[in-house]
Amino acid sequence: MGQTVSSRPQLATGARIGVVTFPGTLDDRDAARAVRLAGAEPVALWHGDADLHAVDAVVLPGGFSYGDYLRAGAISRFAPIMDVLVDAARGGLPVLGICNGFQVLTEAHLLPGSMIKNDDLHFVCREQVLSVQNVDTAWTRLFSPGEHITIPLKNQDGQYVATDRELDELEAEGRVVFRYEGVNPNGSRRGIAGITNERGNVVGLMPHPEHAVEPGFGPDSDAGPRAGTDGLRFFTSVLSALVHA
Amino acid sequence: MGRVVVDVMPKPEILDPQGKAVAGALPRLGFTQFTGVRQGKRFELEVEGPVTDEVLAAAREAATTMLSNPVIEDVVRVAAQED
Repeated sequence: MGQTVSSRPQLATGARIGVVTFPGTLDDRDAARAVRLAGAEPVALWHGDADLHAVDAVVLPGGFSYGDYLRAGAISRFAPIMDVLVDAARGGLPVLGICNGFQVLTEAHLLPGSMIKNDDLHFVCREQVLSVQNVDTAWTRLFSPGEHITIPLKNQDGQYVATDRELDELEAEGRVVFRYEGVNPNGSRRGIAGITNERGNVVGLMPHPEHAVEPGFGPDSDAGPRAGTDGLRFFTSVLSALVHA
Repeated sequence: MGRVVVDVMPKPEILDPQGKAVAGALPRLGFTQFTGVRQGKRFELEVEGPVTDEVLAAAREAATTMLSNPVIEDVVRVAAQED
């Protein structure tokens, strides 16, 4: 971590980062572990509790909340915690939605567009290369523009779609944060893997940074098998953003 | 007991991967006359008593706020079901 920044970044270590659990969430423990490895304190948040417990940022983790019934993220979006989270996000609270969390953010209209089934109908699980397109968001400020990173991708409903007008707007405003590099694994429009809101505090992406945070348990990298930790910088980025907020 | 039927379809401009898969499988069973398939959703909302205008209005609101996502889907029918 940090080999691309010239000086050691200042981090709000000890910040409290909420991780929301819905019925059917799978990656809340991994997300909490990533928060801890980044130097912050994870705070478990419950979907039925309309209280953010004064956290400094929130992660909506991946999984299959409510079994993906109706549409992925569609029922979670109406959970009591989402009312307070939507207000806080509109007020500038950093929020990261990963996979199912990204789907919840689009259903909650915090981010535009939606996800439909992968174009080939298969569940995709691979180590995916992404190019970082926007390093001004709360969750990407420790990356370099155009940098290639590798983190796992695992989903069934990962095909990002939006109207051409919305896509043009996202591109014009620099709000495409990540693009799939090499292959487009699910047919996403314009190879989009992740986007942000206008303010840059809310980021959603389909791949999973929380699964690439510790040497020995991440994707293969130049440093060796399973040595990839590119995902950790999502979490250190937000700690850096909190220092400069 | 009254019942309201809500039909939701993927928007015409949105690729429907499920419909495409069904369309690909039909000819294997000899159904070669179908040139395309689109797959949607049907909801049946039950109420105590008759389906009034108020019930229909509430069903329309539920259809656009929760049962469908206007980014990818259209509500194509909200109607009382006759017994």
